[in-house]
Amino acid sequence: MDRALIRRALGDKVQFIQGDDACAYGALLAGCNFFAGYPITPATEVAEQMSILLPLVGGCYIQMEDEIASMGALVGASWTGAKTMTSTSGPGFSLMQENLGYAIMTETPCVVVNVQRSGPSTGQPTMGAYGDMMQARWGTHGDHEIIMLCPASVQESLDMTIVAFNLSEQFRTPVLLFIDGELGHMRERLVIPDDDEVEIVNRPMFNGQGKYLPFATDASLVPTFAPFGSGHRTYVTGLTHNEQGLPRSSSAEIHDKLIRRLADKINNHRDQIIRYEEFYADDCDIAIITYGITARTCRDVVEQARSKGIKVGMLRLITIWPFPDDLVARWAERVQAILVPEMNLGQMIHPIREAVAGRCKVAPLFRIGGEIHTPVEILTALEELQCQLC
Amino acid sequence: MSTLLKPKTAAELRDLYVRQEMMPTIFCDGCGLGNVLNYTLWALDELQVDLNQVVFVSGIGCSSRLSGYVNSDGMHTTHGRALSFASGIKAANPNLTVIVFTGDGDGAGIGGNHLLHTIRRNMDLTVILVNNFIYGMTGGQSAPTTPIGGISSTTPYGNVEYAMDICALAMALEAPYVARWTVNQPYPPIKSIAQGIAKRGFALIEMLVPCPTAYGGRNGLKGVERIWQWYRDNTVLLDDFEHIMEFGTHEEQEEIKHKIKVGVLQDSERECFDEQWAKLVERVKL
Repeated sequence: MDRALIRRALGDKVQFIQGDDACAYGALLAGCNFFAGYPITPATEVAEQMSILLPLVGGCYIQMEDEIASMGALVGASWTGAKTMTSTSGPGFSLMQENLGYAIMTETPCVVVNVQRSGPSTGQPTMGAYGDMMQARWGTHGDHEIIMLCPASVQESLDMTIVAFNLSEQFRTPVLLFIDGELGHMRERLVIPDDDEVEIVNRPMFNGQGKYLPFATDASLVPTFAPFGSGHRTYVTGLTHNEQGLPRSSSAEIHDKLIRRLADKINNHRDQIIRYEEFYADDCDIAIITYGITARTCRDVVEQARSKGIKVGMLRLITIWPFPDDLVARWAERVQAILVPEMNLGQMIHPIREAVAGRCKVAPLFRIGGEIHTPVEILTALEELQCQLC
Repeated sequence: MSTLLKPKTAAELRDLYVRQEMMPTIFCDGCGLGNVLNYTLWALDELQVDLNQVVFVSGIGCSSRLSGYVNSDGMHTTHGRALSFASGIKAANPNLTVIVFTGDGDGAGIGGNHLLHTIRRNMDLTVILVNNFIYGMTGGQSAPTTPIGGISSTTPYGNVEYAMDICALAMALEAPYVARWTVNQPYPPIKSIAQGIAKRGFALIEMLVPCPTAYGGRNGLKGVERIWQWYRDNTVLLDDFEHIMEFGTHEEQEEIKHKIKVGVLQDSERECFDEQWAKLVERVKL
């Protein structure tokens, strides 16, 4: 797509906008030219913004009849070579699970934004939460890996949406970008990066040499792509398939090889996928491990606590899945306790405990109901932890 | 009508259009799906469509296996969702010819909502919906099209639900092209499939096919000949229906009143989604 056109569509370089809009801006900058979605609070503004922007740059926006269809349209469009995105919230994300699995199985690049709200069921539509962290990991059936990013600011919502597209293209797999109702509707200063600051990755294309085997791979474990209509007559199926793409659903060997490759193509490249931020990593007794909007409060509390003499450090996870267990394990070696504030009743604390493996104490600080943690609440929890350690 | 068609044998069509690695098909003896594939290939040949620019999309079920047999780009998707995937393909690249194979359970049962809205949106798709009154692949459970009283593995004492008229739904939603045929009328469906592909906008061709394995046997229609005869006895050509209802005797009218109408049921023009979208982009693009 025409970069100059994209910049004109986005307008001023510095803006004061909400997280949902920032995701849409990021998508456009990443080269997204197809969006299919269904309205849902608090994610609707992503779709609204895409419906404004995409026609300006010659892309396609389509409002589907539900989130099942949105996810299907995304996969279909992606196989024509389009860069595709949808946005939703908890109830819609539940509906997307079936075709999300299809996208994983068929190695279809696409980006799914989930602006989380409190569940289960309809829950609290206008309130933020991080209750879908495990659904993201295991929501669709069968063995699989997933890539998921959790930004913590409006600026990062834009930046990480671009990263989400790039990872999705590089590894030919759906990438989830998770924010929440608070971040989605929070307005902050946003600086639109210049073109030379935006890295754009495109899916590996078939080079035309020899016969095209749509699901054969080299050492990267990522197959090359040829879009529908390019004359290669590719067959795509959600059934277990061979390198040619043809169904071989009764073969244990082919299934084992395929499903392990789909997992390995992500797990073998964890160093390229995992993103995080550390504070006082080498000078702390207690660590906070957190992510998403909760990290905003925690960041302030770290300074307050240190000024009170509590030696606190912080690990902010940006990549949630694949889970950075080695990184968490290294933190567990260094500290005596880890505090895990989450806007749910305990989800990421499970892989954290697994990575910590008893090396140090892991303390939960869960909050639900739609409000973010207060600084006092986190500070008090740190003070209590400090007392317990003394 | 037959003068339009190039006389190619089934073997010639197979060599030209079928993905040889996928042969033989999974279909049972007496199944009508092979006929539908044959008619579709014949229609493609009739139109001389560049197969490199055709995508066959399907959902899940016996009929949805058809997409794999055609040697073009193809997408065998999730149960009931073929139209969503097909819509994404067509919206993102309107130059492609997108043809959907689906069944009664896939297209009108689990996929009913997608059918409704894909027609409303008037996506330029050709949908060949194969109706065999039953969920065949899973062994013969009742479908939204199983006749009332019909026996299936999940209606062992008879079906108490009414069957849906899929074409009537499409007509109510103003689909530009709607036709229904049975497999034992080979030439009209070939012509209809060709007309559907050529039509800009949503085209539905409902094909009534026998499922001797999962439906026929349980419903007194064991054997291909008996089930084909059932279709002859229980369908009426639209032209005949209209003629009899206007000029026929009371007895003649009573006899055909409840029969399934076959023919080209709707043929009109309506701007399709990609045409509308292209106009919008032309209007607002920077």
